Amino acid sequence: MAADTTLAIEATGLVKSFGDTRAVDGVDLRVRRGAVYGVLGPNGAGKTTTIRMLATLIRPDAGSAHVLGHDIVKDADGVRGAVSLTGQLASVDEDLTGRENLILIGRLLGLRRQAAKDRAGELLAAFGLTEAAGKLVKNYSGGMRRRLDIAASIVVTPELMFLDEPTTGLDPRSRNQVWGIIRALVAEGTTILLCTQYLEEADQLCERIAVIDRGTVIAEGTPSELKASVGSGALHVRLIDPEQRLAAAQVLERELGTVELEADPTALSASCSDADRAAEAVAELTRAGVRIAGFSLGQPSLDEVFLALTGHTAQDAADESTSTEEQAA
Amino acid sequence: MSTTAPPQPAATSEADEAAVRKAISSISRPPRPSAAAAALTFGWRGMLKVKHVPEQLLDVTITPVMFVLMFTYLFGGAIAGSTSEYLHYLLPGILVMGVLFTTVYSGVALNTDLTKGVVDRFRSLPIWSPAPLVGSLIGDSVRYVLGGTVIIVLGLALGFRPDAGIVGVLAALGLVVVFSFGLSWVFTTLGLLLRSPSAVMNAGFMGIFPLTFLSNVFVEPDTLPKALEAFVDVNPISILATASRGLMHGNAQVSDIVIVLAVAAALTLIFAPLTTRLYRKG
Repeated sequence: MAADTTLAIEATGLVKSFGDTRAVDGVDLRVRRGAVYGVLGPNGAGKTTTIRMLATLIRPDAGSAHVLGHDIVKDADGVRGAVSLTGQLASVDEDLTGRENLILIGRLLGLRRQAAKDRAGELLAAFGLTEAAGKLVKNYSGGMRRRLDIAASIVVTPELMFLDEPTTGLDPRSRNQVWGIIRALVAEGTTILLCTQYLEEADQLCERIAVIDRGTVIAEGTPSELKASVGSGALHVRLIDPEQRLAAAQVLERELGTVELEADPTALSASCSDADRAAEAVAELTRAGVRIAGFSLGQPSLDEVFLALTGHTAQDAADESTSTEEQAA
Repeated sequence: MSTTAPPQPAATSEADEAAVRKAISSISRPPRPSAAAAALTFGWRGMLKVKHVPEQLLDVTITPVMFVLMFTYLFGGAIAGSTSEYLHYLLPGILVMGVLFTTVYSGVALNTDLTKGVVDRFRSLPIWSPAPLVGSLIGDSVRYVLGGTVIIVLGLALGFRPDAGIVGVLAALGLVVVFSFGLSWVFTTLGLLLRSPSAVMNAGFMGIFPLTFLSNVFVEPDTLPKALEAFVDVNPISILATASRGLMHGNAQVSDIVIVLAVAAALTLIFAPLTTRLYRKG
């Protein structure tokens, strides 16, 4: 099979079972070189198992894939020589210091002793870890650990990087830093396969997204296409006077369609994905004399995406197949 | 994941995007390290762990030290007529026991590694795939030497006087370490098959404990029931203890040493590929 050279990842019909459970059940992926490609899905959807197959950690039961032109089964070593993996569990050694971790990886990639030390110093500084360099990683915070993990992945710059839920469990500030690092990687030409549970993260970073559920890709496209296919986000409006809510509901129903009254007696929302129409509707409210305390246009959540695409929520899917992912991990 | 880390001054605790971009572009891929270099790097990792978690070493030296003291002073007189006489017999055997017990920890450590994400990184690196395993066993061998040295020094302090002097003692220690390297592969295999570090520990000691006691480490087998004596005589641990005694006291049989080395080689040939295959499979 000739691999398409413009593609960083080309996977066809990947299948992996653990016991009776099909963790991945026929996944196809095509990822352009230089792109950030999102794999979006709840816990246990098969994201991690897919990444582990592409990173040559486990063999697929069926199907095939080329990563940067290397067959993941026949030329696993070729794949390993060009990619790096930042796993869901931080892929660093807790019993070593941050600096020792980076030197270790540098040496294993073939850097000489002094070069590995220098590289570790450079990365620690770039990732804001110089002060913590001599501390054991088990004493690091979640954000520091994650940064070290990514630093370890670029000791030698990979052509392609697998990032498995890089921001799960991080506070917003650490999350923003990780996003910044991802953008820097992309700007330097690294292709990234990003697994995430967060639609917002995929939307912020990814050129295309595959939504994965119960081991299969159920939707694929740009973030906008995906959101459009899901239908809509919602315009949330908060009023100053709860007495005006009924009047406001009538205006929004006329402008946007379905309106929902929220538990807060001053709040209501209407489904809407188009910012212009939302602005128009808000203007109509003002014209009708409704006094507005605030409004926002929310994107559909992962739950809404899932509900729209699958008819069940992300949480249901996670509950059903958590055990699968645990086995896979 | 800890949320209690102390706040860092903003100037140094933030990732600097410009510096990250520079770091990404400032390196080109070096040639891959040789298999030996990769393995030695993992050996270095093992040494670092001893440095950061010295308790590990303590765990495995306390038991043999206790055994030396207990057996020498409690049973020495009864078994061999005098404590000094018994120490002469016991110490080379305790060296064997102490170091062999340590081998179980190779499996425990590997299993502990597996429960963390770091193994995924190692397995995704373009290196000789058994390197992490061979390397940690090289590191463990250094631990065996350290543990064995503690026992020998204790023995010397208690009045143990090897007839073959320092050379004999070093030869015995070397033989024990080589055998332990082979035996370790059994426990690394176990470490990849069982679910938790404590399961590996339990299973490991369930095997090594009776095997060590049903040997000539503590007593001459000629007082034992016939069937048991027959078993003790062919137990490789007995042969290792006999060889170790022989080397320390200057009356070693070449045949014993050959058998010990052959068993070590056989264990390695069977269990090293098995461990590697299991490790690769993930």
